Amino acid sequence: MNSAPDFSLERALPTPFHARTQAFNLEGRWSSWNGYLAAEQYFDAELEYFKVRNACGIYDISPMQKYHVSGRDAEAMLNRMVTRDVTKMRVGRVSYVLWCTGAGRLIDDGTIFRLAEDAFMLTCGSPSTAWLKKSAIGFDDLVIKDKSDDLAALSFQGPTSCAALRCMGLDGIEEVRPFEIRRFELGALRFMASRTGFTGDLGYELWVSAEDALALWDALYAAGEDFGIHPFGEVATNMLRLEAGFIMPGAEFNEALKTIRFEHDQTPFELGLDSMVDFKKPHFNGRTALLAESKRGPRVSLTKLDIEGNKPAAGSFIYNSKACRRDVGYVTSGIWSPVVKANIAFAMIESKHISGELWAHINYEKELRHYSKIARCQIKQSPFYAPQHAKLTPPADF
Amino acid sequence: MKRYDAIVIGAGHNGLTNAAYLAKAGLDVLVVEKNDYIGGAAVSRELYDGWTYSNCSYVCSMMRQVLHRDLDLGRHGLMLIPYLGTINFGDAGNALISYHSKSAAYNELKRHSRHDADAKLRIRADLTRYALIIRKTLLRTPPDPAWMRIRDIRELLFLAKQFWSLGEKEIYEYVRFFTLSAADFLDEYFETDLIKASMASSGIIGTALGVHSPGSSYILLHHVMGDVDGNVGAWGLARGGMGAISKALESALRSFGGAVRSEAEVVRVLVRHGRACGVVLANGEEIHSKIVVSNLDAKRTFTKIMDKRDLPPGIFEKASKYKFHGSSGKVNIALDALPKFTGVPDNPYVNRGSQAYPGSMHTLERAFDCWKRGRFSDVPFIESVIPSAWDPTVAPPGKHWMSNFIQYCPAELSDGPWTPEKRDAFGQAVVERIEAYSPGFKDLILHMEVRTPHEIEQEVGLTEGNIFQGELTIDQLLFNRPFPGYAQYRMPVKRMYMCGSSTHPGGGVSSACGANAAREILLDLRKPSTVPEDDCDDE
Repeated sequence: MNSAPDFSLERALPTPFHARTQAFNLEGRWSSWNGYLAAEQYFDAELEYFKVRNACGIYDISPMQKYHVSGRDAEAMLNRMVTRDVTKMRVGRVSYVLWCTGAGRLIDDGTIFRLAEDAFMLTCGSPSTAWLKKSAIGFDDLVIKDKSDDLAALSFQGPTSCAALRCMGLDGIEEVRPFEIRRFELGALRFMASRTGFTGDLGYELWVSAEDALALWDALYAAGEDFGIHPFGEVATNMLRLEAGFIMPGAEFNEALKTIRFEHDQTPFELGLDSMVDFKKPHFNGRTALLAESKRGPRVSLTKLDIEGNKPAAGSFIYNSKACRRDVGYVTSGIWSPVVKANIAFAMIESKHISGELWAHINYEKELRHYSKIARCQIKQSPFYAPQHAKLTPPADF
Repeated sequence: MKRYDAIVIGAGHNGLTNAAYLAKAGLDVLVVEKNDYIGGAAVSRELYDGWTYSNCSYVCSMMRQVLHRDLDLGRHGLMLIPYLGTINFGDAGNALISYHSKSAAYNELKRHSRHDADAKLRIRADLTRYALIIRKTLLRTPPDPAWMRIRDIRELLFLAKQFWSLGEKEIYEYVRFFTLSAADFLDEYFETDLIKASMASSGIIGTALGVHSPGSSYILLHHVMGDVDGNVGAWGLARGGMGAISKALESALRSFGGAVRSEAEVVRVLVRHGRACGVVLANGEEIHSKIVVSNLDAKRTFTKIMDKRDLPPGIFEKASKYKFHGSSGKVNIALDALPKFTGVPDNPYVNRGSQAYPGSMHTLERAFDCWKRGRFSDVPFIESVIPSAWDPTVAPPGKHWMSNFIQYCPAELSDGPWTPEKRDAFGQAVVERIEAYSPGFKDLILHMEVRTPHEIEQEVGLTEGNIFQGELTIDQLLFNRPFPGYAQYRMPVKRMYMCGSSTHPGGGVSSACGANAAREILLDLRKPSTVPEDDCDDE
């Protein structure tokens, strides 16, 4: 065979920002997300993490799924699908939402943007066209458009993010409150900014048409240079979201529609998302099952742990005594938190054991030798890291 | 009149740490500080409008993580951020870049020498092995080999066990290592002069040794044994400057009920019936306490604020001879823009971290020769760091501040005392050296603060401006620090203690001296220790 193999159909797709991001990915550390290339890390995950905690970082979230739902029935349809009350959302606001199966099992989480009275954007990590279509049955005045490939998006996060956007020329960005949307025009460049993110820090998400993606990147990067801008990847994102106490599909829960084994998925109550389920609103998917569960209490509970020592506990079993005779749960995500200076984790623990002693059996490796240690765990109620500057309006310069 | 449980003299980071742990144990603690700001040598000061200088210590890697976590310094506002990328400039205008990523670091060394690229991996393993042992001793009180109480025997056995775990060959190597010069040590690994010089410079920072002086290999180790979040050897910056460390410690101290008084210089420690019982301030005010802890260096403590008659015979002389040599200077510069360096790629990882000017082994030794002759080095070793490239809080956007640490600069000049003119000439020598590698650098300077050992001693109170509170030579380490018989933080006067870098484990912003001293004090007071025992989870 003389010609090079044709991989054109197998190759993961570049996102609209790829022409810029690839220059930073010095060791070619890519993974894939919804068919697109996504950076695992660009240079050093911890450095990228610190850019977000200390200055500002950009994360290419273009592979996220984006659906425009519009029409007179849009509000009712979404309200029927998700567990929160969409009718309470004002235009120009964003809401974190969950949607469940009829059995109250979590399908996915995402955000709803209310773009107009009868126009919404739903974003989520995994493709949901089929479920949206199913949920739309009975709602006739409704158009659902999958904008995933047409809309590019950047998550721009960190304490200097507002100052950098101001410098970029986004007049009034400092007035935008958490979960608020605003549209901007910079010359020919038009885009939408929302004060949202997945890091627990001050931050914004910028939504732009795929054609204008590079122009947005360039404008943002030029302005951000003096504010410490740097791209960050999935590894850093995972550290940031865990510190902020945010759950991640594929870590804290398995999406219900893709779950093979009985109840290997989770419910919102098991994930500690009680406040995201509104029983006061009219019927919604999974309501009956969730109501029953809310009365009897969840069987297992996602718990935030501060674990002694510095060995990340990812994948560890949790026991109810130092002797480790009976396992009562497992760690879903665990890292050493550089900012909190603590060994933090999410663990799914049998609810009846939450009040007792908890011990993690951690396996680790040093130069190919395997070791294990048993470390005491303390339950934390609030997020591991929730800086004051993230909530201020107008935000501080750094 | 109010009587405190404890008075700590000096609000440097070790004094604040010590006080925090005493207050945590329920003691009523007061820290007294001569300056109108706290922090000692861990300070952030706005000396130019809009710029925050860490005008003494400027980077951090020794801070004990377990103390940071235990005192919840993150909640008290402390964030340590790693920085990376050091350019080492050679005499010929060439550059060796220390990259953070393994692949880039290897490729860069290979560009200079394939042999040395391999050797770097070997020396890294050896140094880390040595460092891991020292790291285990940092938060432990050194044993007194002459006393042989149960605790001393236990601690000696602990040390012995650590050494034995190395295996026979490595024990020989380790013992030898402590007496070697940085040059001899590095000669065993490398063939390229600039690679040797770039590493040897760690062996002279803050010390009155040359790269060929025996003992400088330990100083090298002292500079690579810290870590940032477990990355041993990595260095970090405190967000907001080094003063953020002191501020967080002060906040922790106050949360435990302790107090700090600035502009309160202690001129004498009150001793009655062989027991310390308070301090006298410069304004004549007496403050009484059950115990007194000095965070001043050993020389200053014994010879300046103690009445000679309160000391047992011989101690005064010993303290007077405690080895101190001012050998370092500091030049803090506000810059209009980021400097560019000749022959170095411009990217966020190499141009914005730190620059070192070792030149060559010969240049480093010549710099030391100047010091020996009582002059500042005409071609000095400089370690520059640009914290503003990482920390958005210390300079306005687009502007920068550069910290330059200079080796060597003597405390006393052979041609008479320091004058403002001589100080400026010293600053100029530094600027010229940088300009040679960064044309146009001079034009970027907006403001400059030049500090010789003289200024550092006058302002911070470190004798001869010695950053370690006494040389880190083997005769002044572990159970010999500050001197034999007094290495367990207790002074010859009852109820009086030392908690500064003059004690084990020595200089660096580690908080370890202060924490160790607190443990000993609480032991004497028969109170349960509040100091975490287990230092590093290196295993």
